Amino acid sequence: MTTAAAQEVTYLEAISQALDEEMARDERVFLMGEDIGPYGGAFRITEGFQKKYGEWRVLDTPLSESGFVGAAIGAAMMGMRPVVEMQFADFISCAFDQITEVAAKNHYRWGAAVPMVIRAPFGGGVHGGPFHSECPEGWFFHSPGLKIVAPSTPYDAKGLLKAAIRDPNPVIYFEHKFLYRRIKAVLPQEDFIVPIGKAEVKRTGGDITVVTYGATVHLALEAAELLVKEGIDLEIVDLRTLIPLDKETIFASVRKTSKAIMLHEDNKTGGIGAEIAALLAEECFDCLDGPILRIAAPDTPVPFSTPLEEYFLPKVGDIVAAARKLAAY
Amino acid sequence: MDLAVVAKEIKKDDLLQMYYYLRLTRTLEERITALYRQGRIMGGVYTSHGMEAIAVGYASALERDDIIAPYHRDMGAFLIRGITPGEVIAQYLGKRTGPTKGKDGNVHIGDLKRGVIGFVSHLADNLPVATGAALAFKMRGESRVVITNTGDGGTSRGDFHEALNFASVRKLPVVFFCNNNQYAYSTPLHLQMAIRDVVERAKAYAMPGEIVDGNDVAEVYLAAKRAIQRARSGEGPTFIEAKTMRMHGHSEHDSAKYVPRELLEEWKKRDPIMKAEQMLKQLGYGDKATLKEIEERVKKEVEAGVEFAEQSPLPEGREVLDGVFATEDEVQP
Repeated sequence: MTTAAAQEVTYLEAISQALDEEMARDERVFLMGEDIGPYGGAFRITEGFQKKYGEWRVLDTPLSESGFVGAAIGAAMMGMRPVVEMQFADFISCAFDQITEVAAKNHYRWGAAVPMVIRAPFGGGVHGGPFHSECPEGWFFHSPGLKIVAPSTPYDAKGLLKAAIRDPNPVIYFEHKFLYRRIKAVLPQEDFIVPIGKAEVKRTGGDITVVTYGATVHLALEAAELLVKEGIDLEIVDLRTLIPLDKETIFASVRKTSKAIMLHEDNKTGGIGAEIAALLAEECFDCLDGPILRIAAPDTPVPFSTPLEEYFLPKVGDIVAAARKLAAY
Repeated sequence: MDLAVVAKEIKKDDLLQMYYYLRLTRTLEERITALYRQGRIMGGVYTSHGMEAIAVGYASALERDDIIAPYHRDMGAFLIRGITPGEVIAQYLGKRTGPTKGKDGNVHIGDLKRGVIGFVSHLADNLPVATGAALAFKMRGESRVVITNTGDGGTSRGDFHEALNFASVRKLPVVFFCNNNQYAYSTPLHLQMAIRDVVERAKAYAMPGEIVDGNDVAEVYLAAKRAIQRARSGEGPTFIEAKTMRMHGHSEHDSAKYVPRELLEEWKKRDPIMKAEQMLKQLGYGDKATLKEIEERVKKEVEAGVEFAEQSPLPEGREVLDGVFATEDEVQP
């Protein structure tokens, strides 16, 4: 008999499973990216895939992000379901034009559906420095026509990737590198998806809502455990999908708690937290009992050296301090 | 070689059909220019005056299931794929009956049902997209081919090089045309690239390249046919540089004073429609009555198009909100 522990998979394995199952389920699904073939990808997510699915369904590309994202768009419009690996989300800047001008606009302009996924391993805490640790979701948050997801758990990672692959639109899938091997869970044996556009309350609480996504969900959960001893009860809303934003879940939580903290690892200015804070000011002003606080990275590139990166990244202590401040209102 | 001798390889009906599309393109674009001068068209008007033979030539060489990813001076290709003059004018007028329902303007026409990938103003953006369509065909073992085009200026962009490289590495069934009309807006070729012929760019990708007279519809057609044949038989992409001259400004608002008048005078003598007429006469296909009949037919079709477009409704403002996202039933099977 297998034990529960034996069935545990990491966040990374959950992504790999989703790809494998979708490729087996639908022959239109194929993978493109740098070094994803015999090497198995920079993070080994596609290890063994080429052997199983062949050279054309696990397609090693030239070092050419704009070129292969463009190619994925063309293939998607012809009825394929490409999943592009961006190796590091930072390199997505090279493909920015193809994503925002071509993929995002084709359906709106002339009705062509572009069912593709771009996997973008993002985030810091891995000493990657300015070009291997970015959180570029804000760049695309402002670009109509794209869907954006950012899972925080193995369950969501698998379910959202499957949903993204089945979605008829271009979806950017931000997978957090810090979580790859640190977060584990037992997943259901049967096929499941996590619907795009649905946030989840990862912890219920009555005092303060923390709206977050990605790796910082886990910081919020840690902070909640510390704060409960002080009698402060956090409710944690994990967005899971950034576009389309699940406003109902956010508003319902803030209406309940009357206080809100926006928490993300991306830079503060113009980040997703800023947009949600503005929405709350527009829609939930009457029920707010304190200022909407933002916890985010400072407006600098991601630094390399340990003390610099530690200073840069949001910490549990930041959440605890913000919650105490809000609780005093 | 004598043009008419070369053109003998092409069927009479095909040549006459190309002549018809050359005329249709010219007449339609002249009509659009006139509407623009009357202030009835807002936004830019980008024409292929003097370069009609390129799009007409390459699009005539394709089969029904093939795909094009044209650039903004390929009106003839739209028409050959079945976009009607009325739809083109409706598109220019921002009407709901235009292929983009008013969401986009002028030559930004796309329609997958008719095998047309919509043009993106960021030049060369659709070249990687064309390689992706070709990739899908190759992966599925279909014998379909993609033709894409860009101007000389577009070949300076990274996406041009990324597309050619990928297509060549994977031997994709795609044909890259370059409409070398010697000016990218006001920038002359010698400030665009240090090489003399654009076709030299293809060498870096081990891709066969060829220069054709872009004002000769038969030459363009035959070169396209060879490249398509190569692509269909699995031998990979080809690059074709069609040399021509842009006889109008970048857009109709641009008087193109930066182009030496003598140069235009010289190219005027090589007008693609005139050349096609000479060729048809030489071959004995183009008696006066036949050509006149085509001219009259084209005029009628364009006028019917103007009427259709003018009578078409404008979209309602709230339609701006429609269509940001696709639904599953819109995905290509």
